[in-house]
Amino acid sequence: MKKLVLGIISFLCWMVLTWTLYLPSLLVGLVVSVFIALWFGDVFVERAKNFFQIKRLAYLLYYIPLFTYYCLLANFDVAYRVLHPALPIEPGIVKVKTTLTNTTAKVALANSITLTPGTLSVKMTDDGYLYVHWIKVRTTDVEEATEMIIRKFEKVLKEIFE
Amino acid sequence: MSEIVLVIGKIFLIVGLAFDLLGCIGLVRLPDVYNRLQASTKCVTLGTCFILFGTFLLSDFLWKSILAIVFIVMSSPTGAHAIAHAAHRSGIKLWEKSVVDKLKEDKK
Repeated sequence: MKKLVLGIISFLCWMVLTWTLYLPSLLVGLVVSVFIALWFGDVFVERAKNFFQIKRLAYLLYYIPLFTYYCLLANFDVAYRVLHPALPIEPGIVKVKTTLTNTTAKVALANSITLTPGTLSVKMTDDGYLYVHWIKVRTTDVEEATEMIIRKFEKVLKEIFE
Repeated sequence: MSEIVLVIGKIFLIVGLAFDLLGCIGLVRLPDVYNRLQASTKCVTLGTCFILFGTFLLSDFLWKSILAIVFIVMSSPTGAHAIAHAAHRSGIKLWEKSVVDKLKEDKK
């Protein structure tokens, strides 16, 4: 199942990249995707059947604009801090706790943290703690920092991946 | 119709270049490796995505640039995470005016 999903995804990527229906090209793509699926199918996401659930896809569609909004906000934030003559930063590494357990969900959370305002994930431990570099530390408490940094993504990611 | 698409594509190119420039300014101005990673990752990811989207519009809907956006958004933060973790593990200190370093405290 995992291997089938991975093969379909890589074949679709190949089709978009080449953007042609020329038969030999498609055959090469098919062979390569079969090889990729056989080699890397085991390290792909844990529960591949989740790809086909409408509810998860709907939450993904909701997540993309949310993420884009925070990403734009992050860029204006960086622009403000970088162009300000006094360089208004107060950096530090704080600790937050996530309740997500799925590996894919954790990866998505860490990536979202890195691309949103003022935060960069530095380390993730196995028991769900995340060390986050914060460009303007507003609190050093674990609970408050969790509330401020990851709560808004965690809810949606839980619906998508768990 | 195509005229409007071309103009919008050029606007996307210009905005993306501006964000890339801001990322580079951040890379020069900010004090330590973690702050620099923050500025460069955020701005360069979004700037490059804007440039790729501009390319998508300018070159008559080239779908592979959308695919490139997806891959950049997935891989660039992962790379930044790896660099930050490696820097901290190899003992690079935070900027001297940093407020707190929970990771170092927990390591002791």
